[in-house]
Amino acid sequence: MDLSGAFTAMWADLPAIFSMLIVGAAGLVVILMEAFQNRDPRIPWLTAGAFGLAMGWEAFQLGTAPDTAFFEQLRTGGYAAYINLLILGAGLFTTLVSPPYLRRLNRNFGEVYALLLFATVGMIMLGTSNTLISVFVGLETMSVCLYIMAGLLREDEGGIESGFKYFVLGAFSTGFLLYGIALMYGTTGTMHLPEMAGAFPDGVPLLFWAGVGLVIVGFGFKVSAAPFHMWTPDVYQGAPTTLTGYMSTASKASAFAALILILFFALPSAQASLVLAVLALITMAVGNVMALRQANVKRMLAYSSIAHAGYMFVALASGTTAGYSGALFYLLVYTVMNLGAFGVLALLEWDGMAGRKQTLSSLAGMGLERPVLGASMAVFMFSLIGFPPFGGFIGKYYIFAPAVSAGLTWLVIIGLLFSAMSGYYYLRVIYVLYMQTAADVAEADRAPEGGFAQPAWLSTAAVALCAVLLLVLGVAFSGVVDVTEMLFIQADAMAQTP
Amino acid sequence: MDSELLVRLILLLPLAGALFSGVLPLFLPQLRTSEGLIGTVSTAAVALPFAFAVYLFATFSGDPIITSYFTWMAAGDLSIDFAYRIDELSLIMLLVVTGVGSVIHLYSTGYMHGDSGFWRFFAYLNLFIFAMLNLILANNLPVLFLGWEGVGLCSYLLIGFWYTDLSNSAAANKAFIVNRVGDFAFLLAMFFLFREVGALDFGTLLAEGPGIDTTVLGFIVLLIFIGATGKSAQLPLFVWLPDAMAGPTPVSALIHAATMVTSGLYLLARLSPMVLEVPHIMVIIGIVGAITALMAATIAITQNDIKKVLAYSTVSQLGFMFMAAGVGAFFVAIFHVVTHAFFKGCLFLCSGSVIHSMEHVEHDLEAKGHNMAGFDPQDMRTMGGLKDYMPSTRWTYLISTLAIAGIPLLAGFFSKDEILFKSFELGYSGAFYGYVVWGIAVVTALLTAFYMLRSYMLTFEGEPRWPDADTVHPHESPASMTIPLWILAGLSIVGGYIGLPAVIQGGDLNWIHHFLGEPYGGPVHEMKDLAKVPLALKWGLVGFGSLIAIVGAYIGYRAYRPGQAMAYDTALQNRLGGLYTFWDAKYHIDDFYNEVIVDGLLDTSKKVLQPMDATLIDGVVNGVAALSQSVSNGVSRIQTGLIQNYALMLVLGVVLVLGLIMVGA
Amino acid sequence: MFADFIPLFVIIAIALGLALTLLAAASWIGPKRPNKIKRTPYESGMDPIGSARERYSVKFYLVAMIFIVFDVEVVFMYPWAVSFHDFIDAGLVATVGVMTVVGLFVGILTLGLVYDIKKGGLEFD
Repeated sequence: MDLSGAFTAMWADLPAIFSMLIVGAAGLVVILMEAFQNRDPRIPWLTAGAFGLAMGWEAFQLGTAPDTAFFEQLRTGGYAAYINLLILGAGLFTTLVSPPYLRRLNRNFGEVYALLLFATVGMIMLGTSNTLISVFVGLETMSVCLYIMAGLLREDEGGIESGFKYFVLGAFSTGFLLYGIALMYGTTGTMHLPEMAGAFPDGVPLLFWAGVGLVIVGFGFKVSAAPFHMWTPDVYQGAPTTLTGYMSTASKASAFAALILILFFALPSAQASLVLAVLALITMAVGNVMALRQANVKRMLAYSSIAHAGYMFVALASGTTAGYSGALFYLLVYTVMNLGAFGVLALLEWDGMAGRKQTLSSLAGMGLERPVLGASMAVFMFSLIGFPPFGGFIGKYYIFAPAVSAGLTWLVIIGLLFSAMSGYYYLRVIYVLYMQTAADVAEADRAPEGGFAQPAWLSTAAVALCAVLLLVLGVAFSGVVDVTEMLFIQADAMAQTP
Repeated sequence: MDSELLVRLILLLPLAGALFSGVLPLFLPQLRTSEGLIGTVSTAAVALPFAFAVYLFATFSGDPIITSYFTWMAAGDLSIDFAYRIDELSLIMLLVVTGVGSVIHLYSTGYMHGDSGFWRFFAYLNLFIFAMLNLILANNLPVLFLGWEGVGLCSYLLIGFWYTDLSNSAAANKAFIVNRVGDFAFLLAMFFLFREVGALDFGTLLAEGPGIDTTVLGFIVLLIFIGATGKSAQLPLFVWLPDAMAGPTPVSALIHAATMVTSGLYLLARLSPMVLEVPHIMVIIGIVGAITALMAATIAITQNDIKKVLAYSTVSQLGFMFMAAGVGAFFVAIFHVVTHAFFKGCLFLCSGSVIHSMEHVEHDLEAKGHNMAGFDPQDMRTMGGLKDYMPSTRWTYLISTLAIAGIPLLAGFFSKDEILFKSFELGYSGAFYGYVVWGIAVVTALLTAFYMLRSYMLTFEGEPRWPDADTVHPHESPASMTIPLWILAGLSIVGGYIGLPAVIQGGDLNWIHHFLGEPYGGPVHEMKDLAKVPLALKWGLVGFGSLIAIVGAYIGYRAYRPGQAMAYDTALQNRLGGLYTFWDAKYHIDDFYNEVIVDGLLDTSKKVLQPMDATLIDGVVNGVAALSQSVSNGVSRIQTGLIQNYALMLVLGVVLVLGLIMVGA
Repeated sequence: MFADFIPLFVIIAIALGLALTLLAAASWIGPKRPNKIKRTPYESGMDPIGSARERYSVKFYLVAMIFIVFDVEVVFMYPWAVSFHDFIDAGLVATVGVMTVVGLFVGILTLGLVYDIKKGGLEFD
């Protein structure tokens, strides 16, 4: 190969990874700042600035045609920009709500923001990958950062448990993923996703499907699909709440995006549909049923996020472009509502003697005491149920409708029944927020006098913005749906003209 | 100037105003009491759109301006844009809504002065304007429906504005619930239309709607009409409007007289090509309108609350508008909407001014140690002689009373006479119900002149009838309230000249007809192929109409002349006997609803549904809940917390996935 | 394909077999005359004091981790060093390019080192 030409091509491709560069560079700067001044107060601002700058850049890329960069390692164009916006938005939100929360826990380390930035680099790579190499590199970059973030509260029993379980099981599942990648590469002889589908002119060997199965296992772990979900409640509960919000949204979004790319480009037939449908079924069942009995709100939200992974698998199981674009739209809605919900929790958790209070009863009466947070939380809960006019309703429509068209009516009916069931545990939150007062709950669950400071206005505003965004997505969703559909129409056209 | 930008501003300014005075004070409590700021911003948020509307009107080319913002929803064949339409019809409505709206906003700054909910009031009012603009500017039925529900919501919020009084909340609920009945019919009509036409934007609807099979179209138009009877307070759904007077008086003027209640008419006029295809439904529309007008007029005679009189008079005037629609003269209906907005808006604002000063009287009397327990500042029986104390209010009230009575050369005369003429013309062309409508309209016009003069005489003429009248005097309202009165009174004088009657140059000078009418390129269709009424007969009709109004007004003036007003009222009561009681009881319609429908429903619920709910429904629900809980408890045993078990589950999952993917192969 | 690997398997089998056979033979043939001194852990050394499972300072692990990171750095530099001549042969652009890439890599690691030193990762007490 012409080595000089290769470097020139890479130089020309640099704008394609502008976000990764800016976010990664910001991470390095944060590390240096932290090295010279512990808990430098400028760090969160710098982090937010980097996220904001990258988001601004990506916003302009939304309309561009799909292409690849760095010798077809990464995808660029509208799809990539959409996913990146999602991830970067989640990062920005986390940066906005984290400082007051972490300061309260005395954990406002600069490293947290560096890890956030590095994890985001990994997620961007994962979500826009075009080869299995970048899938793996991105996934690991993201995961390693998340393992540390999960165990941030290392003096807290739950914190250690969280970090340790996540690390061990994550490493375990990565083994499966790597084995799957090896099998896919071994049978096709290529790492490039778009080339895989055409690698078998005469019959797909069973080994390839085994590889796909193992890759699905690896991703199933990352997006916490049952039965690979067991770590989720423990890890979510023990991790710092704002970072839990980040883990449960951005990492899922990028993992789903990569999985969609693999399913869409690499699979020669709709073979995986049955697996995905069964996984969807189990995941919806486990998530919704287990969420019913949780008294800890964070655990409840963990199970709820499992349930929502199940809904998204329904869309993936349909195996159509409509299904994939529906899943992409749902990712956006899901990200907004989950980030918001965890954000509210982070702002309402209070410090008792034993650390963070997260029981449902501890929220009693907060709806009236903190009107903006209460109203936002109500919006998030309604949206999570899938209540019109919020984004959750439209999102569910766009994942269930393609599944019906693809003949998965049975799955959709079960899914709808489960979402009806989910009303029970989501509405309970609203009930406690508004219909109960501190006098109604046990002594231990009552917030002490002045138990927590007035949340920072910026954090409150970020949460409220999420609520408003959900309302907008529930009413004026057409523009976003156009974008997500466009990505696959373009990609389809590109796949046909190699 | 870019007209699309103007349409955008017209819509967004009231919304911005509503957000400004509704949301900001939530966070900045000191803003709640800055009446000057809130009042100015809110009034400007309606006055500026009015200015833009005037500009749009002046530069209007005759082609509809359609502004589409974005696709609201697209599902299957259904694609709905957030699109707005500026054409002759929506322009007229736009001018009325923003024009009368800004005048009433100005008035409200004076009227609501000192109320603790000042900011809330203006937020609702601006929100109402926004919703109303959505209604009249929409280019398709769903967006129109959005506005339709929006105005309903604002009406609900404003009727129950003083929510600490339980009866106000009850009135608000009543308005909301009764309107639901009509809205349901409207929704059904919309679904039918989508099924038949496959689109809901007006361009397609008006092109293809008239071609629908007549039986189906009949149902659709009937459903739309039922929807209109809810919002526009016609039989059988008019009962909410008189109760709606519980809201602050500017609200009654703006929402329950000038704008919202006319939206049913607007809808019918917008869909006029379809309505005209089903003459049998038009008969129903015309007759219902006529009966409503007559009934409301008779009830108005018996009312003593000044706002109630005006409320029933509104119902009656809306009946006139529906008569016009029923005889196929939609442009006349809109014409009457416009003039009615002027004089009824003025009347309501005057009544607000009167109530305002009577409240002061009540206050002063209380300070003097009188027991004011039974005193009602809205009761005309305790007023009288206000003309000496409130000259502006008196003159403007008198002008608009004469206008509504149909005294020649004032606004109401032209529009009412046109309605009479159009129904007569239809009868003359062979449709008998035209004569019926005409007859009822004549009687109602007579009654209108009578009861309106009665309200004027009882309120302003004669001797003061409140206690201690020699020392306690009411005061004229501030300029912020009287200026709007004079503006609307002026319009009540000249507003009729936009529709000169057919006797003058064969109707060629009827500007509003030429502007709106389909024969002249406008959007409002009308009944065609009518027989030509001879000119002499036309003159005769005009003369007869004027005579009716003058006679009615004179009887009212004579009967309630100073000195014998109250005595006459009692005499009238005795002379009419049972009929009077029947009218006073509002034809027992409210009682019928309460006893048959409400109580019936409650009884059924208690005796049949409650046991069913308790055993069957609760049983199923509780059973499901208990089942899920026990399943949940069972399953959660797997969640041991031990990492080895988690890893084991993971491996089992791998086996499952690999097995399934091999099965699929 | 499988047949190509047969010699490999044969070698593995022979190696395993030989080792096991020799071990077994030694324990079977060799004479066993135990006494007290022979049974001590260190026949000619000091008697051990206390448990062998002593806790090490966490600093050891820290240093070990830092060592691994910079150790891996060197591993990555090997292929670069080996193929450096190819880049020089390919012209100026390739040379500058590869220097930039490696420079960035080393630079980022240096930043890590700076952080480490500043945070006291290498102070051992």
